[in-house]
Amino acid sequence: MALPAGIDCDVHPAVPGMRALLPYLDPYWQEQVTVRGIDGLDLASFPPQMDAHGRADWRDGRAKPGTSLDALRTHALDGFGSQLAICNPLYGTLAINNEHFAAAVARAINAWLIAEWLDREPRLRGSITVAAQNPELAVEEIERRAGDKRFVQVLLLAQGDAPLGNRRFWPIYAAAQRHRLSIGIHAGSTFRHATTSNGWPSYHLEDYAAHAQSFQSNLLSLVHEGAFAKFPGLIFVLIESGFTWLPAFMWRANKTWRGVRAEVPWVDRPPGDLIRDHVRVTLQPTDRPPSGADMQRLLEQLGRDDMILFSTDYPHWQFDGDAVWPDGFSDDLKRRVLLDNPRQAYPRLQEAQP
Amino acid sequence: MTPEDGRIIPAPATQARSRLKLIDCDVHHALRSSKDLFPYLATRWHRHLEQFGARRPIPFTGSSPYPKTAPALSRTDSWPPNGGPPGSDLAFLQEQLLDPYNIEYGLLHLLMSGMDERNQDLGNAVCSAINDWQYEHWTQKDRRLKAAIVVPGEDPPAAVREIERWAGNPDFVQISMVTHTIEPLGRRRYWPIYGAAQAHNLPVGLHSSGFNGHAVTGTGWCSFYVEEQHNVALSQQNLAISLVCEGVFERYPALRAVIVEAGFVWVPSVAWRLDQHWARMKDEVPHLTKKPSEYFRSNLWYSSQPADEPEKPEFLRQSLDWLGWDRLLFATDYPHWDMDSPEQAFKFRMSEAEQRMIFADNARALYGLA
Repeated sequence: MALPAGIDCDVHPAVPGMRALLPYLDPYWQEQVTVRGIDGLDLASFPPQMDAHGRADWRDGRAKPGTSLDALRTHALDGFGSQLAICNPLYGTLAINNEHFAAAVARAINAWLIAEWLDREPRLRGSITVAAQNPELAVEEIERRAGDKRFVQVLLLAQGDAPLGNRRFWPIYAAAQRHRLSIGIHAGSTFRHATTSNGWPSYHLEDYAAHAQSFQSNLLSLVHEGAFAKFPGLIFVLIESGFTWLPAFMWRANKTWRGVRAEVPWVDRPPGDLIRDHVRVTLQPTDRPPSGADMQRLLEQLGRDDMILFSTDYPHWQFDGDAVWPDGFSDDLKRRVLLDNPRQAYPRLQEAQP
Repeated sequence: MTPEDGRIIPAPATQARSRLKLIDCDVHHALRSSKDLFPYLATRWHRHLEQFGARRPIPFTGSSPYPKTAPALSRTDSWPPNGGPPGSDLAFLQEQLLDPYNIEYGLLHLLMSGMDERNQDLGNAVCSAINDWQYEHWTQKDRRLKAAIVVPGEDPPAAVREIERWAGNPDFVQISMVTHTIEPLGRRRYWPIYGAAQAHNLPVGLHSSGFNGHAVTGTGWCSFYVEEQHNVALSQQNLAISLVCEGVFERYPALRAVIVEAGFVWVPSVAWRLDQHWARMKDEVPHLTKKPSEYFRSNLWYSSQPADEPEKPEFLRQSLDWLGWDRLLFATDYPHWDMDSPEQAFKFRMSEAEQRMIFADNARALYGLA
């Protein structure tokens, strides 16, 4: 049986620069950005010029990868036969120290995404960019966009100001739950803290690898602060996180909790159970083990077939050609990953009418 | 060896206890107080310690930033009857750990160092004093105990001097540094220490410890000890990544490093992740001549405690197959609350040959113990 047309849960339309956002800023910020020459807010944690940021055969010369809707249509949507793709623009917002400016940029990015992507391509869905540095402003932005059913999640970063279970973020989660939005936690750093608790590594390779540890720190935080219990209907999607670390992580989290759970009496189930119920992960990058047999053992350890969501991570270079599937995935699992799992992870996908 | 139906077959207790001699790669001795070091410290430091105390980048004078789950982090039955904190009384440590578990060698890791002391002269003096104290009060009094040369790693020339002071002394079988360092331990400023370690054929034992002022996660400060304990183990993953990616093992190919008290089931996925992304980013790290995973298999070892407890015990066997059975070193972590007993640490059945590797022979070969 042929595989169904899937839902690509991670594609990256790129903000070309502040000039592209000017039409969506209010006059004050238009002037500020222009007079001060503010530009270049791509996150240094994943620079656009890196080979890994744009697959060679998906690039258009020196253009920033992800800036062309036509290219995204050709390579991501048509290329993988996807019926829908969720847009995760990652530009500046969460690393901006001025919260007012961050909120203005978030608002502009969302307006830009609507006008230049969602309105022009019915197969696209959006993530709401918010200035999570200030949850009050973030909630305002969620409320502003919630009426547009094409937005399916709120987008946060794996390395930000504080671990994401922290109560300061709960107003964001309350708003998301109220509007049946999911929370996407994407790889990326604000560089507000050293990327490891041992300080700043020398190489991008190390920073990139270290995201796995930060995703794990965020999961510990969400579990132990009680966020999963407080927002039972909310799904947290780890995006561009890898997932082969998950089983070993859950074993350790369970064991630690068993020993120390008196400190967090509101956590009344093993962390691994909570994570399996509330957390989803995208397929790419897979961080794959040596063989398909190894992958099957990992999937058995993961213990659930509803956690992995199809993604290409377009235009990032995570795989070559059309080899988006790691060895070891059965056709039955692929079907779930392509369609059933994304629909469960994003309640709004079933509501949105293009 | 693992039954198909996933039944739990406990490791044969009496066998381990009576026949197998163990090498315990993480035993915590302790100072009764910092005054134990005074005989080995210049008098200016006595007054200094009394007045200013240790100055580490943590907020409290007498508490960890994350209060532990038990006083002194320890089993309630491990407080010596004659007073002093757990691990501070040799006779009681012999009675509670070395004798009943048939421990042939116990490798000491003191959870105190001068390395993260902000006053560097004091830090250097404290490290030297610790080593004198370990030698006189522990390794010379029980030949089963082997110490680590505690070095002030943030001052590499001083660290190398301390290594030179003890290298060749059979009571010291490795070099110890705290793991929460000002820079990741693979960074070049620490390389003279690895040069000395390689020259003297001493492994570097890296036990989760120390304070560096950085947030305990790459995304800031967590709230709870239940998080911090796990986050410290995650930081050990970053440490291993640092040693590999910064090229330490290219520069010092014979260097051996031991990641202590961070578990081991995480190693395979970290290595896979590095291999995958190295393939796309290797222009950045031309000093690496092979896949990152290969350094994990040749230059890094891991202590077992806390041994993880997956939903199905045989998953742990899978982890060991991925890790390499020659990489794992048994450790109890005595006297801490989460210590592993050799009989209960692994809830799947091992062959005698596998037991010998993990409980003794891997460590024997690594540390050159007779």
